[in-house]
Amino acid sequence: MAKFKMHLLVCGGTGCHASKSQEIADNLKSSLKDKGLENEVQVILTGCFGFCEKGPIVKVMPDNTFYTEVKPQDAADIVAEHVIKGRKVTRLLYTDPENKQHVADSKHMGFYKKQLRIALRNCGFIDPQNIEEYIGADGYSALAKCLGEMTPAQVINEIKLSGLRGRGGGGFPTGLKWEIASKNHADQKYVVCNADEGDPGAFMDRSILEGDPHTVLEAMIINGYAIGATKGLVYIRAEYPLAINRLVIAINQAREYGLLGEDILGSGFNFDIEIRYGAGAFVCGEETALIHSMEGQRGEPTFKPPFPAESGYNNKPTNVNNVETYANIPIIINKGANWFNKIGTEKSKGTKVFALAGQINNVGLIEVPMGITLREIIYEIGGGIKGGREFKAVQTGGPSGGCLTKKHLDAPIDYDNLIAVGSMMGSGGMVVMDDTSCMVAIAKFYLEFTVEESCGKCTPCRVGNKRLYEILEKITKGNGTMEDLDNLRNLGRVIKDTALCGLGQTSPNPILSTIENFYDEYVEHIKDKKCRAGVCKSLMQYVIDPVQCVGCTACARNCPVNAIKGEKKMPHIIDQELCIKCGACIEKCKFNAISIQ
Amino acid sequence: MTKIKSLADLKAMKQSVQDKIDTRQKGNAEGLTQVKVAMATCGIAAGAKQVMDYMMAETEKRGMNVVFTQTGCMGYCHAEPTIEVTLPGKEPIVFGYVDLKKADEIIEKYIRDGELVDGIIPVNYQTINK
Repeated sequence: MAKFKMHLLVCGGTGCHASKSQEIADNLKSSLKDKGLENEVQVILTGCFGFCEKGPIVKVMPDNTFYTEVKPQDAADIVAEHVIKGRKVTRLLYTDPENKQHVADSKHMGFYKKQLRIALRNCGFIDPQNIEEYIGADGYSALAKCLGEMTPAQVINEIKLSGLRGRGGGGFPTGLKWEIASKNHADQKYVVCNADEGDPGAFMDRSILEGDPHTVLEAMIINGYAIGATKGLVYIRAEYPLAINRLVIAINQAREYGLLGEDILGSGFNFDIEIRYGAGAFVCGEETALIHSMEGQRGEPTFKPPFPAESGYNNKPTNVNNVETYANIPIIINKGANWFNKIGTEKSKGTKVFALAGQINNVGLIEVPMGITLREIIYEIGGGIKGGREFKAVQTGGPSGGCLTKKHLDAPIDYDNLIAVGSMMGSGGMVVMDDTSCMVAIAKFYLEFTVEESCGKCTPCRVGNKRLYEILEKITKGNGTMEDLDNLRNLGRVIKDTALCGLGQTSPNPILSTIENFYDEYVEHIKDKKCRAGVCKSLMQYVIDPVQCVGCTACARNCPVNAIKGEKKMPHIIDQELCIKCGACIEKCKFNAISIQ
Repeated sequence: MTKIKSLADLKAMKQSVQDKIDTRQKGNAEGLTQVKVAMATCGIAAGAKQVMDYMMAETEKRGMNVVFTQTGCMGYCHAEPTIEVTLPGKEPIVFGYVDLKKADEIIEKYIRDGELVDGIIPVNYQTINK
């Protein structure tokens, strides 16, 4: 087979897929064929490159040229200019926001400079739908090493030594979890991959499954070998169709190639993996609820102990790990625990994948070494706050986490530091907020989510969160009292102490952390009836400046509730009783006469 | 369909698909020798494509790890085909009038041993982004 001189990698993650990356890949292929280059240049649909803000992405290898916001009609230009003439298509290159110059390749992009891609090593590098590409990138060699050269105890020891901790949020040491499961004896044990990623704005696990499904399969087989399980289950939410599709392809290919099934690699070890679909309930990310859901029961948590390692799926010992945790396993086996445990901080080893979202320039998926500071993530990788506005806070850990503020910008990020400042790692969502975000409204948003997602089994979570939500609602409507703040705190602490599972035990975190960090804003809402960010509508007033207003009647004609009165060519007035604060008048006013107070 | 029944099978499979992703892995790696082949109209007309194919095949045959990229016109249209070779940690050097014989000499002497050969075009420009 002739060797391909050039590879065109087209992002096939969900984001870029939605912006027609499949069509881009097809157009590239047909353009190449037109020029007779189909045997010299290879087009590959890969997993997520992480730079979703500027998608769809096309990366040219080996020169690392990074094309952003590519459209299907650009394909012909890429082939005619870059592939044939060797001239980069300048208009598609990434422009450095600071010096406005085009950046020729990904190695010089601020977004990638500080990143260290371990769990995402194959995302945006191989074709996730082709097992041979994965094997070519050292895939399944860690499995071969485990089955051929290591005893189960040695595998567990290596993982323990690496210091890897659960990436789903809690941060429990993975090696220890495996060891406990290995020591419980039963006729059947299970390995479960938790792919029920539910935090708003988080898409780490989905991207790994879409971009590198075989890594997860390989790690699950290794996990099975280490604890003595022969069955693996992936619990994935049905709302991730692309990830499911690629996972199914991967499982079928692995079976076909004999890497799943009986007598894997001639070792005598048997292992097979099945998929279980979740209907998308946040609580099913909790491992006992997840197991009940897989058994066909209601997705409700039960009290621990017994831990799943003793009695899990079908009452058999079960080891549950998150997708990202698994993605770290093969490379730890291949490169050794001592390579891995040199990365990161003392108690948090390795890297963490974060989904950057919110008011940040480079929205996307990043992987950074533990111990990096928030400042580096936001200003160097994230490219700063949108529109040059001021950074206010970042929410980590989703509905279970809290806010980090300016004073935390230089604190190293790891499991323990985040908990110390009242937040948590969570699965890795990072929502960045600027001064247009109201912290009371943010807390209310997350509470609304937990109220919706609470399974209702225990009273603190079912009733307590609802009450918390009502108090917040009262404050944002301008009817709060200072007593409410004490109630929020007290009730929050009670829920944390008494709820049954992780969902309830962490659900007051967004409130407690915003009260702690943004006490002034709560007081403003209560005492001054003001929302400085202009988010809480009940606290806003639209006012017409009688000096600026020329009486053109444009606002009055467009007001849907006829709240604006006034004579032609005379200043108008908004009737605050009728006004629904829709903002239609501001949009129509050509004289900047209307303002929000 | 091929089944992988042993470690040897897995290794054989890896070997056989290596070509498919080798070019990508080289792009990710640091510290490899880089060869840029000028592939503008003038370069292609003068046979740059054959030179690139030849050099890619030969370096691989001789077990050398070299990254090949195409580039646009370097401006030495009088001396096509031209190639620019960057050894790790060294300044790039441009060779002109590279035919297959010259290519062989460059591979054997400069790329392998760092020994300069005839045909170097002196640098007569500055780039702005350095």
